[in-house]
Formats: sequence, C-alpha cells, structure tokens
Amino acid sequence: MRWMERFRMATLMLFRRKKETERLNDELQFHLQQQIAENMARGLSADEARSAALRTFGNPTLLRDEARAHWSWGWLEKFARDMRYGVRTLRRSRGFAFIAILVMALGIGATASLFTIVNAVLLKPLPFHDPDKLVMVYEHFRSTTYNNDSGGFSYNWVSPADFNEWRQQTHSFQGMAAVREYGFNLTGEHAELPEVVTAAGGSWNLFSVLGVPMAMGRSFTPQEDQLEANHVVILTWSLYQRRFAGDPSILGKQIRLDSTPYTVVGVLPRWFTYPEATVQLWLPYAQTFTPEEYARHDNHQSRVVARLRPGVSAAAAIKPVSALQYQMHLANASEPVAEEAVTRPMIDDVVQDVKTPLIVLLCAVMCMLLIACLNVSNLLVARGAARRKEVAVRGALGGSRGTLILEQMTESLLICMAGGGLGLLLSALATKWLANHWRDLPRAESIHVDGTVLAFSIGLSLLTAVIAGLVPAISSTGKGVFAALQDSSRSVGGSTSRAMLRKALLTAEITLTVVLLISAGLLFKAFLHLRTVDLGCVTDHVLTMKYSLPEKQYDTKEKIIAFHESLLERVRSLPGVRAAALVSAAPGDGWDGDRVFTIPSRPSSSFQLQNDALARTIDPGYFSAMQIPLIRGRFFTNQERLDHYHYIVVSKKFADQFFPNANPIGEDIQVNWTSKQESYQIIGVVGDTLWDVTQPIKATMYFPILSGVPMITNYATLVVRTAGDPLAISVPVQKQIAALDPLLPVSDVLTLPQIVGRNTASENFSATLVLAFAVLSLVLAAIGLYGVLSYLVTQRVKEIGIRIALGAQRGQVLRLVLLDGLKPVLVGLVLGLAGGVAAGMLIRSILYGTSPFDPLVFAVMIGSLLLTAIAACVVPAIRASKIEPMEALRSE
Amino acid sequence: MGKPNDLVQGTLDLLILKTISLEPKHGWAIAKRIQQISKEVLQVQQGSLYPALHRLEQQGWVRAKWSETEGGRQAKFYSLTAAGRTQLEREKESWSRLSTAINLVVDGV
Repeated sequence: MRWMERFRMATLMLFRRKKETERLNDELQFHLQQQIAENMARGLSADEARSAALRTFGNPTLLRDEARAHWSWGWLEKFARDMRYGVRTLRRSRGFAFIAILVMALGIGATASLFTIVNAVLLKPLPFHDPDKLVMVYEHFRSTTYNNDSGGFSYNWVSPADFNEWRQQTHSFQGMAAVREYGFNLTGEHAELPEVVTAAGGSWNLFSVLGVPMAMGRSFTPQEDQLEANHVVILTWSLYQRRFAGDPSILGKQIRLDSTPYTVVGVLPRWFTYPEATVQLWLPYAQTFTPEEYARHDNHQSRVVARLRPGVSAAAAIKPVSALQYQMHLANASEPVAEEAVTRPMIDDVVQDVKTPLIVLLCAVMCMLLIACLNVSNLLVARGAARRKEVAVRGALGGSRGTLILEQMTESLLICMAGGGLGLLLSALATKWLANHWRDLPRAESIHVDGTVLAFSIGLSLLTAVIAGLVPAISSTGKGVFAALQDSSRSVGGSTSRAMLRKALLTAEITLTVVLLISAGLLFKAFLHLRTVDLGCVTDHVLTMKYSLPEKQYDTKEKIIAFHESLLERVRSLPGVRAAALVSAAPGDGWDGDRVFTIPSRPSSSFQLQNDALARTIDPGYFSAMQIPLIRGRFFTNQERLDHYHYIVVSKKFADQFFPNANPIGEDIQVNWTSKQESYQIIGVVGDTLWDVTQPIKATMYFPILSGVPMITNYATLVVRTAGDPLAISVPVQKQIAALDPLLPVSDVLTLPQIVGRNTASENFSATLVLAFAVLSLVLAAIGLYGVLSYLVTQRVKEIGIRIALGAQRGQVLRLVLLDGLKPVLVGLVLGLAGGVAAGMLIRSILYGTSPFDPLVFAVMIGSLLLTAIAACVVPAIRASKIEPMEALRSE
Repeated sequence: MGKPNDLVQGTLDLLILKTISLEPKHGWAIAKRIQQISKEVLQVQQGSLYPALHRLEQQGWVRAKWSETEGGRQAKFYSLTAAGRTQLEREKESWSRLSTAINLVVDGV
C-alpha cells in the first residue's frame, strides 16, 4: 500500500502546498519553543533562553528550505518561480516580447502547417487494411533502365492480357487487382443535365485486396468482371450524394452511361478517393474494354495493385510474375511487351509527384524557422548585455551557473511557447488554405491537425527555445561575468566578445537567407520558364473543350464523321471565330496515347530499340488553325477519309529521330493504330509541339480523324482560335454542340494557357511558397541586422563622440559603422552562395530547364540581399554620424 | 578526530523509524528520545531531523498527524505506516550486518 501513501502525499503536496508550508513553520516553531522551555527550566532568563535556542537551532529559513526540498513537486515550484520571473521580465520590455513572439509564431506556424501536410500525405499509412502489404506491380522494359529519354518509364502500365495471365497463373501474391481510369457521359433517365464523369474500372477483387468495405450494397462478382456480362456500377460517395441526393433506393436501379443502362450495386465509403478524388464511379474492369483490347498484351493502361502474403517479401513475390512476363515477352516478340515485372510500395506510387516539392518546402520552412531562432537569439544576446550587472550580482549572491542559465532559458521558453501557441492557430488557418489551394495534392482529404502534429509543434517550440536561448544564456553567465561588477560606468569600449557573438549569429542568419533566396529564385525561374515555354503552336486566343461521342448512337463511321464535320462547319461560321479544328489532345494537355511502329525500309536491329511515338488524331484544318508550321510535304485534306485513311503526318522530331538525314515523305511505316498492323504513308512533316511543358519533346504521329474509325475517332478536343476573348465564345460554341446533340456533354472548357497553368499549378504553388518564405527570411535578416547595428552604435556612442571631438569627419564615421555592419553580411553572402549552389544541385530534378547556376537568379538575389542589408545598416550609421560629441561625452 | 555525536552515514532513518515504532512522537520528542536512550552520545540536529522526517513522509514510510501534546499544544506527531514497519525491519537487518562486519574487522586485527 506504500504507493497509495506516496500518491496521497503527492496530491497533498500539489494541491495543499501553502497549507503544508504553514504547518512546517508551526512544526519548527514548536520545536524552538520546546527548546526555549527546556533552557528556561535549566534556569536561564527568558531572553537568554531564546537566543540560546536560536543558536542551537541554526538558520530557520535554511532548515525550512531543506525540509521542503524533500517534498514532491519541488521542481515544479522552482519552474513556476522561474516562469513568474520570466513573465515579469518580458512584461517590462513589451516591444521586444511582441516582436520575438511574432517572429517565432510565424516560423513555428509555417513549419507546423507544412508538417501537417507532410504527415498526412507522406507519412501517414494509406487508409486501407494493412497498407504495408500493398504494392503496385508494373511492367518494366529493360531498355528504359539505360535510356530514360526514349519516352518510356521505368514503371510501365500493365496491359489487360498481361494482368489476366499474372492473376491466373501466379500465386505468389495473396491477391492481385487492376485499376483503370475511364471517361463516360452520364445522362439521366429523364431530362437531367448530361455530364462527363471520370470513371474507373476495377477488377472484381480490387476492393477486397485493398480491404475496403462497401458503405452500401456489394462489390462486383467474378461473373460481372467479364467482357459480356450484366452492366453494373458502383458509385463513389460524392456522386451518390451529389447526383442522387444520398437516396439509398438507388441500389438496384439503373443509371445511363454513354446511353447504356448500368445497374447500381454498391456505394463506396466517403473516405475512399483512390486513385484520385475525381473518380466518380466504378465499373467491372473487363467491361471497360472491347474484346479485342482486352486480349492485347501491348495495351498498357492499367495499374495493378497486389497484396503480399504474410512473410513473403515483394522481391520474392514478384519473381514468378516476372518469369511469366518473360514468357509472354518472347511469345509476342513483335509487340511492345515488357521483359519483366517490378513492384514498388503503394504509398510511394501515390505520392511520387509531390514528394520532392513537399520535402523542398519543408526544408525551406525549417530554414526560415532557424533564421527566426537566430533572430530571437540575437535579440536575447542584446538583452543579456543590458542585464550583465544584474546577472553578476545574482551570481555573486550565490546563484549557481546552472540556475542562472535555466532562468534565462525560461525566458526564451516563454517566448517560444507563446509563439508556438500563436503559431499553431496560424497554422490551422494556413493548413486549410494550403490543402484547398494545392491542386492535385494526393490524399488532401486526410489533412488535419492530429496528435502527431500537436506533439510535433510542442517539440518544435521546445527545440526552438533551446536553440534560441542556449547561446545567449551561456554567454551571459560565463567566465568574466563578475568583471561586470568592476566595469566603471565610464568605460568606453563595449564588450567586444559579445559583439563578436552577435556578428557570428548574424552571419549564420545571412548565410541561411542567401541559400533560401537562391533556391526560391531558381524554383521561380523554373516555373516562369514553364509558363513561357513555347508549346510550338499559337497559344493566345485559343479555346479548347472536349467531347466524346457515345458508341451506342454513333455506331458507324459516317455518323461520327458527320458530327465532327457539321460541328466544325457551325463553329467556323460563328462571328469572332478565326479558325476551328479537332485534335485528340491539345498541346500541353498530356500524354494521351502512343503507338509503336516499325519502318520496313529500316528494320530495327532488335526489339529493344522499338520505335515509339505519340499518336494524335486530327482534322485537316488542325495545323493551320494552331499555326503549326509545315516543314515538308503537305497537310491532310478532306480526301483522307473513311477507308482512305492510311496516311500520316509526322513531327519534326519524328523525322529527325527515325529518318536522320533523309526525306521521310513517301516512306511507309507499319503501325497498329486501329486494331491491326497496317501500313501508313508519311505525307508531311510539321513543327514540334510539347505534350507536357515539364517534359522533353517527343516524336509525334498524326492520324486523320475523318477516317471515322469507331473507338478511336469518336472523342476529340475542339480547338477554337478567336479574334477576341476566347472564353466569351465558349457559350455560343456549346450551344452549337447542344443543337447537334442535346444529350452530349462537354468538359474541360479551357483556354490553352489555362491548360498549361492547370498542369503546372503544383510547380507554381511550391515556387510561390518558397519565394514567400525567402522574402520573410530576408525581412527577418534585415531586422536582425538593424538590431545588431543599432546596438553596436549605442554601445559606441562615447567612442564615436571622442572620434568626432578629435576631428573625425561625419562621412568617415558613417563609413566606419556601415562597413562594420556589412562585414558579416559579406561573409554570410559568400558562405550562402556556396550553400545555394549545393541546394540548387539538390533540387535539380524540379528545375525544369533551368540551370542550378543560373546567373540571372544569382545576380538578382545577391542584389536584393545587398540592397536590403544596406537599407538596414544606413539608419544606425546615419544616427552614429549625427552624434553630438559634447552630449555623448557628458552622458552617463 | 570526528565529533562524538556524528551519526554513522545512513543510520538516522533507522533511528527515527525505531524511535516512533512504539508510539507516535513529534520531532522534539524524537530528538530527545534518541539522545536519552543513547545516553547523550547521539545528538540529532534539527538541520538533519526535519529534512529526514519530511523525506520519510514523502516516501510513505511515516505518516504525520496533528494532535495535542500533554502540555495541551498542537504538534505534528509522526507514526509508522505498514510500509514503514517493513522498512524498519530491513534497515535493522542491514545495520546488524554492517555492525557485525565492522566488529569483525575491528576485533580481528
């Protein structure tokens, strides 16, 4: 029962401390009185008895303290006393406290915000069952290891035939499921507005492999995941709420997708947003393919997610799959079928695009926090100087060095705790803003402040308190502190060691600022480069919108061609339209699709060097509408239509890459454009366009849309070049589409710059944020510089007064102070430049087309730093040069 | 030569626990009792007594209660807890081991 006794004492000591203190006094008093009584009994007088008793008793205060020292919570009492003292000192200098707390709040708040995001996006496990066991499986072409520019990726998407073979013939994984994104026109049973929805195909076991239970209804059955099976669909929670008002009776009812009825069998839980939040509904995997596509090994377009068996590593599990893949590679030697299969953890797959930018941002914000710490540290050193005598007196009266350091640290702890609290509030707001404004941030829905973030923020506040407080506390209590007592108030030179310390802190601050400025400058330049990069076509006054003709109504070539041509005719006749054309994907709008081909006149030496180019489908007016120059040969005409479609136009890169030093016009290539290998004749070469502004140019082939081949030509991006504001024409154009087919929805109504902006939003975001951090750091550094120099000038007033009295020119004084301030700046600048180059090399991978040594960025950043530094130094320097010698010498 | 009333290191706890093992006593009485029994050899200083009492109290070996003395005054009386009794046995045992050991060494030479 001893612990109960101890617990009782501990609570007693915590909550009734005051009472206990009184009782201790009573107890000691009682003892004293007993002693007095005894002494009197021995015959001493009352006074003598009392003083004799006191003599034997010793120092009652000390005794009381010693007895109290054994009480629980002694440390707390001491801490509270230090706190009280700290609060009192801070209250005495409100300006300092306000600035210091604000600086820390900004630093801690920004860091906590980014950590919240990093924690949610990169660190938290995926919301699936036992997510560590989930891996993605990809095809891997051996050639891409050696040459990443060949347009391939190390992780190649999987074809449906490969996936089916893997799943049927290998059993090394506990489960293997496929996912594929797919687009649909969703129309109502009645007269509801049509809309384009992003759908996804998932194999029947997908949700069980992930471990996702349905919110309502059931998942797909193996029988439904067949080519010819009942049409069924699973809704995501957001579509269920938005389009069907959360009405549970939707289960078992039919909805129309591309005019075909599908029965709703289930609804996914609200939190399920894989692979992207934009996916609105799910179909059985097999039903998203034509029988022909489903059987193909070279139709790379699916992601495969697999669950590891307990105790089996990914490396071991992939071996049989990879071996099987090699068999299929050999069996389909003429087609692009990869030699092996590879895995990577699912979490890496989800966050691959944001990992580097997030880490860069986190580093930037940490850098800023460190600068804030150094700034507060610097301010504390200045205060320490003002309090030297006080500290010396306390030391002389018996305060141990540890006690004095702790006491001074309490002050920085108070600042950082207040800053941390305020910062956490700021970060709650900032995090919300960040999560809402960062487009395409995966897992954005899981971002919120939780225990980890709180613990991180508290830890961060403590850490900053130590960083900011330790140096000033140690330096102001160190050796020679008692010399302050001997300092005559008339001494002239300030303490040089303290000035040195402040300058060293300042140098570190400037160094970090320069690193941050240069990184920010490089990122921003890279982003500007992306925004201004030449797409290879006209970009001003171009409106784009997408539509997709449902196969059910548009089931013949003639119908498809008729729609495309009459739409173009109508749009071209609209007032304000200069040109209109069709393309499967506009420049800068992404990969869309590629095809491999062979050139009979130039047989490639092996399969490894297979030819691959982007495939686009266009109408004859596309190149002139987009002002893409003709280099050789001719454009398409209205003659390349229906079955007369075996002609292609290629890009300059295509000609240079596959027909170096030769004229490609008239050459034939073998391409699998429709469903079989066919021969196409090259009739023209046109200028290059970019498919993604962050990626290098890729060879491109253009096929005629007027062929009307079903499944390939039934979707298009309408591009309209206008005389005036392109968005103003969007409604008239949509009306023309509605006039042709009222149930046909359009999507992605955007100008070309908007498409580029959308695809570079994340780069924009990180560049802007890092720049904001860098500017804040510059302001902090300027404050630090100004503070240090003002302090130095105040310390040297007398010295400067003497100099002026002895005949120094004011200009000389000005120069003296200015140079004194700029010296640490210059040292910091040199160190920072070295750091900046290193940082630039580290972030090279996200500097698209910008050199890490970009001279313009370096020049601008060095210039702005120097200008800021001079501005911060000039005020104290002018103040110094205006010192009146008589006043300075007289002042005490 | 050390002062005669120096207590052997660590034995104060044992003396206090033993002294209050029969009946509750206040600080003054504990000091007096130790002095008396030891025939004035052991003088417990207030400077050691009260910190020790408070330490024992915090550790749950003794428990304090305010009550009236024979003289009619309020004083803090210390008594043993159950845990304190066990502790006393332990301390006694270790003391006897120690004193035996010291005697062996001292007499053996």
